[in-house]
Amino acid sequence: MKITLNGKTIEAREGETILSAARRMGLDIPTLCHMEGLPPTGTCRVCVVEDRKTGRLIPSCSFPVSDGMDIATHSNQAVAARKTIIELLLASHPDDCLYCPGNGTCVLQRYAQELGVRQRSYSGARNRINLDVSSPSIIRDPEKCILCGRCVRVCSEVQGVSAIDFTGRGSTAQIGCAFNEGLNVSSCVNCGQCVMVCPTGALTERRDVDRVLKALDDPAMTVVVQHAPAVSVTLAEEFGIKPGSDIVDRMNAAFRRMGFDKVFPTSFSADLTVMEEAHELVQRVRKGGPFPMFTSCSPGWIKYLEEFYPQMLGNASTCKSPQQMMGAVIKRLWAPASGLDPKTVYSVSVMPCTAKKFEASRPEMGDGAPDVDAVITTRELAEMIRMFGIDISSLEGEAADSPFGERSSAGKLFGASGGVMEAAARTAYHMLTGENLKDMRIEAVRGLEDVKETTLTIAGIELKLAVVSGLGNAGRLLRDIIEGRRTYHFVEVMTCPGGCINGGGQPFLTDPERVRARMLSLYEIDRNASLRVAHENSSIAALYRDHLGEPGSKKAHHILHTTYSPREVLK
Amino acid sequence: MPVIMENCCGLCTQSQSSPCPRAVECLTDGPLCHTDGSCARKRETWKNTVNRKDTRTPVIFIGAGTCGLGAGASATMVAIREFLAARSLNCTMVEVGCIGLCAVEPIVDIELPGRPRVSFREVTHDRVGVLLESMLVRGEAPAEMALCQFPGSGEPWSGIPLFDEHPFFAPQTRWVLENCGIMDPVSLDEYMVAGGYRAFSTALRTLTPEQVCSTVEESGLRGRGGGGFPTGKKWRFALNTPSGSKYVICNADEGDPGAFMDRAVIEGDPHRLIEGIAIAAYAIGANNAYIYIRAEYPLAIRRLKVALDQAEKNGLLGTNIFDSGFDLNIMIKMGAGAFVCGEETALIQSIEGHRGMPSPKPPFPAISGLFGKPTVINNVETLANVPGIIRSGADWFRSRGTPNSPGTKVFALSGKISNTGLIEVAMGTSLDEILFGMGGGIPNGRAFKAVQIGGPSGGCIPAGHTDLLIDYESLGAFGAMMGSGGLVVMDEDTCMVDVAKFFMDFIQRESCGKCIPCREGTRRMLEILRAITRGYRDETPEQSLERFRGIVNLERLGQVIKKTSLCGLGQTAPNPVLSTLRWFKDEYEAHIFERRCPAGVCTGLLTYSIDEDKCRGCTLCARKCPSNAIKGARKSPHYIVAQECIGCGACLEVCPFGAVKVQ
Repeated sequence: MKITLNGKTIEAREGETILSAARRMGLDIPTLCHMEGLPPTGTCRVCVVEDRKTGRLIPSCSFPVSDGMDIATHSNQAVAARKTIIELLLASHPDDCLYCPGNGTCVLQRYAQELGVRQRSYSGARNRINLDVSSPSIIRDPEKCILCGRCVRVCSEVQGVSAIDFTGRGSTAQIGCAFNEGLNVSSCVNCGQCVMVCPTGALTERRDVDRVLKALDDPAMTVVVQHAPAVSVTLAEEFGIKPGSDIVDRMNAAFRRMGFDKVFPTSFSADLTVMEEAHELVQRVRKGGPFPMFTSCSPGWIKYLEEFYPQMLGNASTCKSPQQMMGAVIKRLWAPASGLDPKTVYSVSVMPCTAKKFEASRPEMGDGAPDVDAVITTRELAEMIRMFGIDISSLEGEAADSPFGERSSAGKLFGASGGVMEAAARTAYHMLTGENLKDMRIEAVRGLEDVKETTLTIAGIELKLAVVSGLGNAGRLLRDIIEGRRTYHFVEVMTCPGGCINGGGQPFLTDPERVRARMLSLYEIDRNASLRVAHENSSIAALYRDHLGEPGSKKAHHILHTTYSPREVLK
Repeated sequence: MPVIMENCCGLCTQSQSSPCPRAVECLTDGPLCHTDGSCARKRETWKNTVNRKDTRTPVIFIGAGTCGLGAGASATMVAIREFLAARSLNCTMVEVGCIGLCAVEPIVDIELPGRPRVSFREVTHDRVGVLLESMLVRGEAPAEMALCQFPGSGEPWSGIPLFDEHPFFAPQTRWVLENCGIMDPVSLDEYMVAGGYRAFSTALRTLTPEQVCSTVEESGLRGRGGGGFPTGKKWRFALNTPSGSKYVICNADEGDPGAFMDRAVIEGDPHRLIEGIAIAAYAIGANNAYIYIRAEYPLAIRRLKVALDQAEKNGLLGTNIFDSGFDLNIMIKMGAGAFVCGEETALIQSIEGHRGMPSPKPPFPAISGLFGKPTVINNVETLANVPGIIRSGADWFRSRGTPNSPGTKVFALSGKISNTGLIEVAMGTSLDEILFGMGGGIPNGRAFKAVQIGGPSGGCIPAGHTDLLIDYESLGAFGAMMGSGGLVVMDEDTCMVDVAKFFMDFIQRESCGKCIPCREGTRRMLEILRAITRGYRDETPEQSLERFRGIVNLERLGQVIKKTSLCGLGQTAPNPVLSTLRWFKDEYEAHIFERRCPAGVCTGLLTYSIDEDKCRGCTLCARKCPSNAIKGARKSPHYIVAQECIGCGACLEVCPFGAVKVQ
């Protein structure tokens, strides 16, 4: 069908919205509530456009195109209405852009600027609502909330968690948890997907930069940093470098410039996880279950399981996540072996994730003191690099430190959905057959699809494998498993859609193209690597030889494994 | 009690599992499949019993709708029972709904054997003795207490106007309200004897769903909930959308201030609504229907539940209704009293168990509604019109009203009007006739100022324009809207800025908070209105500036809210302001520029002073003044320090000499 957009006749597709047609022709219509891939809610009304035949304003995000439509996206009337809506939002918004974590990334700020809001047109009462600082991962500032509903939708429609929703009516409506309690006692799994979609500074991670700075400044402290596999392929975007660029070496150098004493890639402990997890899988195969075994590296998923499917906790791998394995190894093995008092070691991790902050605070993740002292996100790392005045593009690359600097590319794959599966399958294959897979790449578990399935035959045993990302998808898969509609031996679950490359700690306004670039970068690292399996990592072998014995040993269990317990939702 | 499923004799073979297709007709006109004098006589006897024709005892009808109960009908009933017990009199007592003249509730009708039924007004418990003594003991109808008498057998009462001649009832066309206040609302028998469920039965037996839609389309019936969308057209959309399951929803979430039409219909004649829903469901092929009713209507819900239960037990609902193969289940869903849940998409969300927030249209509910299925949502009055249309035809329906707005409309009169209550008039009746004819004009000799039509979404019609003929088009052309039919009357003592403020306050509290223009805009509009009615005494210079800026923005803000809001609530939210601004600009200007409220309502703008000649220096006002603004020595005239006065009016109230003046 044909429609006219701003005087130009274009071909539109049956069933699409005006917004989608306009974006295809390169026209940007501002919107605060629209979410690609989810049905429109028509909440913000900022995307109104003028129907030139009737003079009416219609919401472009939800209004379907019809043949012969004549639309003006930026008519005087439409722009004036948009501006008034933004002015109305500003009237009940705190005037503290300079102090706001959203400063610079805030969409409301950008639209106010673009629409030429230069003075306060409306003023009046504002809602005074306290910050919610109860969560170890996410800070909510309801005063900055414009009620676009994106966080609510991502929490319920994408993640299936529904920790937050609209409460109250009229001008006192707000987004909150059940019974107006804090996020910490809600069903929130700390994934941070809400933070990623928030157009203002109403949702942010809990900032831990200052704690890290303090430790760096303390001469008595040995500050050790680990960085997750997905960070090095994302950080570049914060500095205007092409998405998908792997800047791990320059990042290592930056850590040293800032004063970190040791830099270890979390991919090393990912290899360790692979060893333990593959061993666990092999044991289960030999013992006959319980199946399916679920991966346990994604802390949001673990909390989700504890809350909503406690009956399935026995199926989760008992392996700690790579972050916590690294934390435990640093404090409990490396520090004493290096003649350091663990109390003088400050362990920092850089994660693409907000749930990792929560994970590090779990009481079982430490030996008296926490194994990981501070978790910062990719965004916070970028903030620190800027704070230290480091020009990342002009740095000379540096290697990570020993003894945990060596990693296989399998450990690096952990950053994308399917990576844990691929890495574990490679090593499990070797454990069962004594040989490596011919083609290391398991194509069926790669990519950004919601659910990926494959069957792998190892030593005559057919293993049914599934990879799922996004908790909403995971929940559906889980119900299928519980109700017997699907059976698997091993299932990888990542909390965030696409895996850690799309984690809640990654740069704001992540779009699918960027996520794809990050993923391809990880695949390229794997393709070019000479060390592609965890069991050939000589540093891992040394760790077992010197400290842990062998995978699944008593000591390995003590340091590298954990337990789970059911959680009551809303408690 | 089952009336329909009862077999008259051995020849009648129907049962719950194999119902007779013509059971409804057979019950009242039968027997149809056999000729048997005794069976016909059985029916006559039953009809006479139901109509209380055979009774030798007096029948007392008590108007026990919410309005009647509010006026004291419960106490009246107690008093009646006590009276009867004390005199050992035997009477039948029947609780009926509201006949419409709420102003003179409690209304009690008495029908003595062989005489016409008489209606008495304001029968509060203390007047029961006088009335019953006269009627039951002496057999005399006290004309001064009487409202009217109904046509009936026997010698008419003298000095009491007939129902058809009473100035309140005579000009009405009571189609929807036909049975309200007359009939026992929870008696299926009475409804059946009066021809109830005939239309449904006829539709099932003789009409295809398509024909039902056509008949309703031809009748020109339009949605009585406010929008005025052609009902038949809506049904046809749903009928033509293929789907395994469809729904009918009756919207009984009546939330406009000053609107109580739906409540009265449900309380007074629930079976009519059920029949309407059943026909609508048949017309679109829905096997499930919901009645979404606000929990604040407990009496309506109770009567509806009883009526639904009766309908189910008698095979009027359920599976294979009258052997037609058509199944229907009607469920009641109670709303928690959010105004926005009257908006159809929000209502759907609420039934689905979500927070009641509207969603964008298209898709329209008739295409994708409840649980994503084609859904027809009609309001109570619309559905209550349907049985009549099917029974008497589209032409009959078009015999009243205007070509574009056929039929009747129920209006709820409230505010500064003598006869508050419910009326049903043909479309195209003039506002004059409604307000000054049936409504009885403005009480206390005050002058009429305006009438707010359509609740908070509507607009006002000022004095001088009451020759307006009420139908969808003329109201729309006038800048008002039909709305659900609430008419709030205002007299010269009403401040129009205050009225706008009242409605704005209502709207901004009832906004769901979803879309920005409605949530934030209505709040600012209310603040602007509050600012112009606020006293300057407690205003800072910044606030004065804000006030002026607000006034400049008021109209623009209203236009943006109207044009960009998501749902009907938001799109009409500024109407009360825009319409009062249009007709009563002078009042706004008096508030803004002269800081004066012409009607003397906005207390913040009142100035108080003491008449030196009248003041005797008693000090009472000075002692009562909460802000110590009144100075003066004992036994000498006092004065008010303007800067310290907060305008509360306490001095005016306490002054025994009338010395305090207000301006």
